[in-house]
Amino acid sequence: MHNASKHLLFILAPLVVVFALLPGVYQNHLLLFNFVIFLILAQGVNIIYGFTGYLPFGYVGFFGAGAYGFAIMVMHLQTPAPLAVLVGGLVAVALGLLLTPLLRLSGAYFAIANLAASLAVLHFVANPALEGITKGPYGVSLTGTFNPTHAYYAAVIVMALTVGAVIYLKNSPFGLALQAVREDAVSASMAGVNIVKMRVIAWLASALVAGLAGGIYAWYVSVFYPDNVFSGEFSIFAIVFALFGGVATITGPIVGVLILYGIYNLIGFTTPQYFQLIYGLLIMGLVLFLPAGLVSLATRRGWHVP
Amino acid sequence: MSPEQNSILKVSKLVKRFGGFHALDGLSFHVVPGEILGLVGPNGSGKTTAINVISGLYAPDGGEVVFDGASSGGVASHKLVHRGINRTFQVPKPFLSLTVRENIQVALAYGGATGTPPSIAELLEEYRLKEVADRPAADLNSAQQKMLDLTRALATRPRLLLLDELAAGLNPAELDWIAGRIKALAATGMAIIVVEHLMGFIEQITDRVIVLNAGKEIFEGTLATAVREPQVIEVFLGGEHAH
Ligand SMILES: Nc1ncnc2c1ncn2[C@@H]1O[C@H](COP(=O)(O)OP(=O)(O)O)[C@@H](O)[C@H]1O
Ligand SMILES: [Mg+2]
Repeated sequence: MHNASKHLLFILAPLVVVFALLPGVYQNHLLLFNFVIFLILAQGVNIIYGFTGYLPFGYVGFFGAGAYGFAIMVMHLQTPAPLAVLVGGLVAVALGLLLTPLLRLSGAYFAIANLAASLAVLHFVANPALEGITKGPYGVSLTGTFNPTHAYYAAVIVMALTVGAVIYLKNSPFGLALQAVREDAVSASMAGVNIVKMRVIAWLASALVAGLAGGIYAWYVSVFYPDNVFSGEFSIFAIVFALFGGVATITGPIVGVLILYGIYNLIGFTTPQYFQLIYGLLIMGLVLFLPAGLVSLATRRGWHVP
Repeated sequence: MSPEQNSILKVSKLVKRFGGFHALDGLSFHVVPGEILGLVGPNGSGKTTAINVISGLYAPDGGEVVFDGASSGGVASHKLVHRGINRTFQVPKPFLSLTVRENIQVALAYGGATGTPPSIAELLEEYRLKEVADRPAADLNSAQQKMLDLTRALATRPRLLLLDELAAGLNPAELDWIAGRIKALAATGMAIIVVEHLMGFIEQITDRVIVLNAGKEIFEGTLATAVREPQVIEVFLGGEHAH
């Protein structure tokens, strides 16, 4: 069987089936929803960081932009929720286009500039002068579209598309070329790769998935403030989950989310007083002993990890 | 010697500055299809810079580069690759975390090779990379990394190939072998510019040499005549000894 079909059948299909069925047997739907959202975001980080090497410290900017894109469409144009989600994705892509000059930076400079950009977007949206459009710092309430069940399944669909995109990257010359650009941009151009175009495409794709996730999040929670949907925790968690599992793989970010977000909720429920401590130690241990993520335990032994 | 009108590459009065420093200071030369042209000169004379400008890494600050009848100075590298220029690097630059095979696959998929693309199996075989084909490029020794650089370039079917110190660090047996390979490539009509310090190697494979000093050509002709030229001797002995 072709590799891509294997990946679709043995990674994507089970993931979608499990998350489509879980709400029927597990009561904490918000938790399930958050898992799906982080699966999307961690794979979005994977697309831009794993395949091109840009660490998006301000990744939440796209998420928040998507949430507000959704909210504005619903509040002002009474757009149906699914369409508003798409607009949320497009708003994030537009923001991504605006930020393409950042791609000239590299390493920590890119990460910091991206963080600053996400803060700028937050303050722009939360500006009281824009109250008429965004409701400024006072937050939005979208009771008209409130439908957590539909929002949840929309999230599962976007997760499926995002994982599908990563499967494509992992199995196509396009994904290979992206990795070549990450490894050595000069050599990549001598292989005939248009490096600027490749970087922009990966950047906009990762913006799109975060924007769609943000729109769906807005749909699901229906009441939120700028600080909620632009919270730096989204960026940090998505990055940590992706790195913990191992980027530039299909399974790494999935494993990262399932394990780390699982543990996060477990300690949060059972021993909240030690929560920060345990979680902090875990992440430090990861950085020190497994810088290439959990999957490197296998790849070091010469096993191939999809 | 073939007439200049047939040249596939013509460089005229090329200037490249870094700050106030002129790394290329009015360099002119040409190369014709099937020819192996040696580019020699002391360290820092601008050989690598010339290759970088011709391959689109740097835009020239003056002068002209004409490839295949069309101006090519300042054109993006990937476009020049599609037009038929490729190169190797003095310090090889493979995609380290990708396998050897994947390194070549990128160039096969994106190199825009005209006609039938070369076969990956043949490239691996011919450049002695078959055994390491599925290992990450980071595992290769430096000679193998140079061969990988070369196969990546060849996968794009170049008509002009620029080799920047490809032979440095190879042992005598490998030198003979790669000399044969380069000659075979030229025999297919490929124009090849070879930058090298090893004069024996240059003598063995080149039809003609350009001697570079301080960003300008000071001699053009066969190596045998070059070594009798007082100005050339002065540049090499006054600066650094040729090996
Ligand atoms: N990117 C660069 N920035 C500044 N100076 C450079 C750069 N590249 C080359 N040079 C300078 O240009 C001169 C020619 O370098 P180079 O072309 O590498 O010489 P060669 O290959 O003949 O040894 C050297 O003095 C070198 O220091
Ligand atoms: Mg050099």
